[in-house]
Amino acid sequence: MHPRTQLAKIWDAHVVADLGDNAYLLHVDRHLLHDLGGSRGLLDLRERGLPVHSPHLTFATPDHAISSAPGRSGTSSVGRELLAALREETAAAGIRLFDVDEPGQGIVHVMGPELGLSLPGCLIVCGDSHTCTHGGLGALAFGVGSSELAHVLATQTIVQRRPKAMRVNFEGSMPIGVTPKDLILRLIGVIGAAGGTGYAVEYAGSAVRALDLEGRLTICNLSIELGAKMGFMAPDDTTFAYLAGRPFAPKGHMWERAVADWRQLPSDPGAQFDRELTLNVASIAPQVTWGTSPEHVIAVDQSIPDPATIADPSRRGGIEAALDYMGLKPNQPILGTKVDWVFIGSCTNSRLSDLRAAAAVVRGRKVAAGVRAWVVPGSEQIKRDAVAEGLDRVFTGAGFQWREPGCSMCLAANGETVPRGERSISTSNRNFVGRQGAGARTHLASPAMAAAAAIAGVITDVRRMGIA
Amino acid sequence: MEKFTQLTAVAAPILRENIDTDIVIPISRMVGNEARGSLGQWCFSALRYRPDGSENPEFILNRAPYRGAQILITGVNFGCGSSREAAVWALKEMGVRCLIGSSFGDIFFNNCFQNGVLPVVLDRATVESLAREVEASQGAGHISVDLAELTLTAPSGKRYPITVEPQRRQALLEGLDEIAITLQRAPAIAAFQEEDRQRRPWVYER
Repeated sequence: MHPRTQLAKIWDAHVVADLGDNAYLLHVDRHLLHDLGGSRGLLDLRERGLPVHSPHLTFATPDHAISSAPGRSGTSSVGRELLAALREETAAAGIRLFDVDEPGQGIVHVMGPELGLSLPGCLIVCGDSHTCTHGGLGALAFGVGSSELAHVLATQTIVQRRPKAMRVNFEGSMPIGVTPKDLILRLIGVIGAAGGTGYAVEYAGSAVRALDLEGRLTICNLSIELGAKMGFMAPDDTTFAYLAGRPFAPKGHMWERAVADWRQLPSDPGAQFDRELTLNVASIAPQVTWGTSPEHVIAVDQSIPDPATIADPSRRGGIEAALDYMGLKPNQPILGTKVDWVFIGSCTNSRLSDLRAAAAVVRGRKVAAGVRAWVVPGSEQIKRDAVAEGLDRVFTGAGFQWREPGCSMCLAANGETVPRGERSISTSNRNFVGRQGAGARTHLASPAMAAAAAIAGVITDVRRMGIA
Repeated sequence: MEKFTQLTAVAAPILRENIDTDIVIPISRMVGNEARGSLGQWCFSALRYRPDGSENPEFILNRAPYRGAQILITGVNFGCGSSREAAVWALKEMGVRCLIGSSFGDIFFNNCFQNGVLPVVLDRATVESLAREVEASQGAGHISVDLAELTLTAPSGKRYPITVEPQRRQALLEGLDEIAITLQRAPAIAAFQEEDRQRRPWVYER
């Protein structure tokens, strides 16, 4: 048989109807709802007099608009309304809700894999662009808008155009101090924030094979920052070991059958890609962004670029505007840039391995004077696991705030913002203008780099912090 | 869905690259189930207003004749980032019905078609020459887009063919409702699920 890509295999297995002109009606295996748009979608359906087609394939949790303050005490009135509406509408539709303070609650892209709801070979959608995260398990997962969300609720299908296939090979072994976040930020720096537009990206290579599952989720999470709606990896024994025994993963005989099926998913040898590139991981240094697009990224020991050297006027203008917004000067080292806020959290980097990596830097040290540092675990389960191994005390002992799980300051939908003009180093995924609050200045980096900056009070090279 | 057929209007060039949907509509203005309908005033907030809330006279949409422009000429990767459909709602509430650019964020591009807003993709050189023409006329030169004829007419009168996927074109021309169309395929969806349940029972059963 003609060698096929993993994209083709999963895509073809979900085609309900070929609509022509490269458009397909695809079955959705998992639809994840959150508090920002979930109840609105359910209300839209109700107003049209339509039932939810497959409530048993739909799951919900609050994450965006709830406060991360202890006791959720800071949830705004609109956040409380959205939570109440999500409870009411999911109950009415027969949709399973993982509510605040319950195991299972968490950032939707953290809890899906954690519960074993997200599985290899599944087609997963959610009204959130970082749905690509679930690709780390070998799923085809992507974000949708409100209209598409309502379409999925009503029909359990979605109309999609088949993307082109790109393969990115990360080869070699990661140097000490370099993390999955650095690999994907480097890739975005190389091919740009639109480099993946129109593609589904498959991440492969020896460095990916060697990664744990949580690191794979981090890489796939930033696919959308490449412009790619979906990014994924081949499922393998690491994937199966991660999923085995999770609450919603198949069990017993069904597990054996599922794994046998999942082993057929990886791209066949000789499968053709529309674009393929390889990055040598050994030459990658810890990355940090300096501007207002994730493509505005450099190695921590590099200098801020000079727009005067850019010939293309719209690109030059973009860089000038970014430097102005960020309050930075060209040709200066990024090292030593003073930070006011440190945010460790988000669907990119809030999993247990991320918190461990940050804690390893923080242990026995203190947050620098004048720096406000937060840790927001990605889920209730991660919070409990971290507490069980004492990570919360490592952070609070150093002067961090240890908070309740949710999206929090990644996008500030719950009102948790970085004040205007203040500078944040953040383990999240977007350094956009106003993303963490109007006028807030965001530098993206790995958990270890963010932790190092919290201690030093300035952007610093985690490789010089004496952490093995 | 509101139809889109033909439009002749003022076009405002906003050529900065990577304008993301957080810039188009900040999260603080779109949280809540009742936010839709009041988004237009907050479209492009960070560019349109100064920190004290006053209008930024430098921003093109605050200047005559671009204020109220129904067409935007956009830079590379416009609409990247968040899947928030509120970005399209905000643009539409502000009066924008058509965007002309060399590339768009994938999810934003989809969301436009769901709301009767037409994104037109042209090569970058053409997009930039349209912007230059409009700027040379100080905005007086209108752009005309005809979805039925699949043409775009520059202020100079020069006509360019445009490409819009046939099904999306038909949906815009007729104002079709995608949910209603798919529901006509309910038997095919039921058959798919029944067969798939045999093939991949773990997806359906726990």
